Parts: sequence; C-alpha cells; structure tokens
Amino acid sequence: MALPAEMTQPKIMKPARDVGIAGYGAYVPRYRLPAVEVSRVWKEGTGGTPIKEKAVPGLDEDTATMSVEAARNAVTRAQIAPTEIRAVWVGSESHPYAVKPTSTIVAESIGAVPSTMGADWQFACKAGTEAFQASMGLVGSGMAEYAMAIGMDTAQGKPGDALEYTAGAGGAAYLIGPAEESLAVIEGSYSFVTDTPDFWRRANKPYPEHGSRFTGEPAYFKHVVGATEALMDAMGTTPSDYAHAIFHQPNAKFPMRVGKMMGFQANQIETGLLVPMIGNTYAGAALIGLSAVLDVAKPGDLILMTSFGSGAGSDCFQLRITDKIEKRQKLAPTTQQYIKRRTEIDYATYTRFRGKLVMK
Amino acid sequence: MQVSRHWRLQQQRYALVGQVCTDCEEKIFPPRGVCPNCAKETDAQFEFSGRGKVYSFSTVYTAPAGFEGSAPYTIGLVQLEEGPLITAQLTDIDNDHVEIGLDVEMVTRKLLQDGDRGVLVYGYKFRPVVPVWELEPEDALFALA
Repeated sequence: MALPAEMTQPKIMKPARDVGIAGYGAYVPRYRLPAVEVSRVWKEGTGGTPIKEKAVPGLDEDTATMSVEAARNAVTRAQIAPTEIRAVWVGSESHPYAVKPTSTIVAESIGAVPSTMGADWQFACKAGTEAFQASMGLVGSGMAEYAMAIGMDTAQGKPGDALEYTAGAGGAAYLIGPAEESLAVIEGSYSFVTDTPDFWRRANKPYPEHGSRFTGEPAYFKHVVGATEALMDAMGTTPSDYAHAIFHQPNAKFPMRVGKMMGFQANQIETGLLVPMIGNTYAGAALIGLSAVLDVAKPGDLILMTSFGSGAGSDCFQLRITDKIEKRQKLAPTTQQYIKRRTEIDYATYTRFRGKLVMK
Repeated sequence: MQVSRHWRLQQQRYALVGQVCTDCEEKIFPPRGVCPNCAKETDAQFEFSGRGKVYSFSTVYTAPAGFEGSAPYTIGLVQLEEGPLITAQLTDIDNDHVEIGLDVEMVTRKLLQDGDRGVLVYGYKFRPVVPVWELEPEDALFALA
C-alpha cells in the first residue's frame, strides 16, 4: 500500500505565524592556539594542519559566561526589554554543570528572569540550531513574543587526538521574534536525523571519542546533504538563489566539499566559514557562521544554514534578510571584531587554561 | 562555601545592579539602602551601564584561597561612568598592559569555584572595551588551511 504523500514528501517546518531573527550576537574568546603548536608537541611539526588556529577560552570563561555576552549582544541589537523574553535556551556539549542549567545563569544575567522558560539542549554540534528551531515554534505559535536560542561551546579535545587541532570555543545567540520586527525572516526549516554513532562522549568522561573516517560519508555528508537538498527541493530553490550558505564546519574541508557536491560556489560559503580562524565551535559552529554572514548581509539576500550534530542529524534553514538589518548590524560588536581581538598562546599556556594539568 | 550568600549577591554581581537615590539621584553601588551623598533611604534599583575607567590597580601574585588558579591577576579600582568607584578583577588583558585611565567595560565571568564539587560563582569583571573596527573587504575571505 502506498504511503500518503505527507509521509514521503519532506515536511517543511514553518510556523502558523511568520517569525524571524529580531537580534543576534556572537562571542569568541580572546586567545588563539595555532594548529602548528599542536603539531609541534605531538608530531614534531610534521604533517599538515586542518586549520590555522583555534579560539581558546580564558581561565574565567565557560559556556555560561560566553553565552551571557552573546545574549547581551542579541538583546542590544533587538532593542527590546529582556523581560519580554519567554525562553532562554542554551545548546552546548560543554555545559559547566552536569546537573544545573546554564540557561538560568544566562537568563538571570541578561535580566530575563523570572517570567521565562530556561532549558539546556544537547545534540552534539546541532544543539544550538535545535534550540533555534524550537524557538521558531514557540514564537510562531503565539506562546511567546521572543525566545532566545544560543549555541555555544568550549569544546573538549583529547591531548594528541586529531580533534585537538580544531576543538575551539565560541558561538552565537539569536533572539527569535515576530517576522515584522525581524532583520531576517525564517522562511522554512527542515530536520534530517538518524541513529549514527560517529562521535560521542560517555557520562563522566572528559573527552569525546569518534569513529575517524566514519565521521565523513555516513555522518556529516549524508545528513548535511539530506537536510539541505530536501529543504531546497521543497522551497523550490537552487544553490544559485542564495547569497550566502553556512554549513557546519568541523574543519575547513568538509563544508567546502559538501557545498561543492550540491552546487554551491566557494564565494557563497567563505563569509560564514570561520573554522580556519577560530576552530570548530561545535554547537556554536553553524550559528556563529550565520552571525558573520548577518554582519555583512544586505536586504533581500537569501541565506541558507545547515548544521550537523553527531549521533546524527542536520537542521536546515532558509532566511530572507529584511531592510531592518542595516541599523542593527552596528549596534553590537561584529563577529569579525571578536575574531580580530586575538592573543596567541603556546601549548603550555593552553594546557593551563583548559585545566589539563593535574594539580593534586 | 556559603551558597546562600553568593545567591543573595547574584543580581548585583551578574549585571551590576545597584541603586539610585530617589532624592538626590546619586547612583549607588553596591546597593546599601541609604544614599552615601544625602543619607536618605532608597530602595530604587539602578542597572549600571558597565562602562568605566581604571582609577588605580595592583597585580596579585600571592592569591587568597579560591583564587590561586588565576594568579597572577590584576585587581582594579574602576570608576564607573555613573560615578561609583568599585573594586573588581580585570580580565582579557595582560597584567603589564593595565594603565590608569584605561577604558573598560563590565563582563560576567567565573569568579571562583568551590573545589571540584561545589558551586561555580559568577560575577562582574572588567576588560578593555572591545574595539570597533570597520569591516574590511578581505575579512570575508579566509585563506583555507
């Protein structure tokens, strides 16, 4: 028996009420560890490096403090009272506590308490875009005027592992609100998820494990392509329709290759490709790529963003920039301003900052 | 660690929330219920902008309990643009780069943690104002590694 059409056709997620991004804000910590430092310590400087350098949080930074700064930037750009925010949702795989929400620390700091929801989201690198999608539903249903979705990470890299070159720190916050107040309207979203064990971190373990080459074809490429092509098919778009495209960026090669596979040009991807300069910011990666794009986007631009989270799945979004963007771009530091605020550190300082030294 | 004490101070520490005198409009931090200028009682909240200048500073090499992991660090007396002079740790700056008169802004950071099992305490610190650059065309084009 043939399945009904609605079960075989991609179902584009679009709320009853049009929603968009009322404000956004990025954050990248100040310190940078050049990839050649990791190579110097573990490979005697031989072999290639997947990126130039990665961002490293300072001793007093974690996902909560970084989320607070990005969230403040988002509220500043939206120019609303924080008491109007009805949800503060933080997606991360490096929440400071195992039990106790990051979101309440952020909500309290930005002045959104007590009339708000607070929750922490988890889905490896796509926890932030999940919160973004859920915020669309919350605002789109009329349950809230504004919801804050944050993707932020201080990613863990096992010393000497391939991921140590790239496991970075940073992310972005998005204030989702009614379309008529938005700098970018979210025209549709689609999610593509399967049970694929490409990367994981077991409970109480400090570092993740990964399936090496298994993280490529059956994981990243299958899900990113699956989500993006389904969305474009349903929206009736082609790659050339988009001014910018952001794909999850665990390294510099994957997003460029997946874009090329689907017919995107390098110049559509480069503005949002931050991984060579700040590393893989995990739950923050796609969202901070988007914030870099929003910093330079023009009214009318069509933007595509596809995240990827191990385990595995992708969330894809289509956004249309409105004429409200130009004033709001300048209200808070841009993503590039944070990236330029750069202090290089060596591997020894990195081990101190990341708590890798056993003190007692 | 006194969890309740830290919880009670949360609002002023996270977002620099003080008071304003309803009589003479003096801005007050930390909140104390009585105006230090005219001695009138007040309970009106006031959220400071977080902008200020370094009034004086000193670098701590022998840190008190709970702060050993961050030493050496610099403590600043920061003159807020609304008036009050407050003491806070400076962050995101090398100790030998701190100067009197430096423009700083408030950030919420981790202050200390109660061992590896207790609560994390967050609060205000000050850092050099994130400078504003005009975007240059090449910012959008990274050489791929």
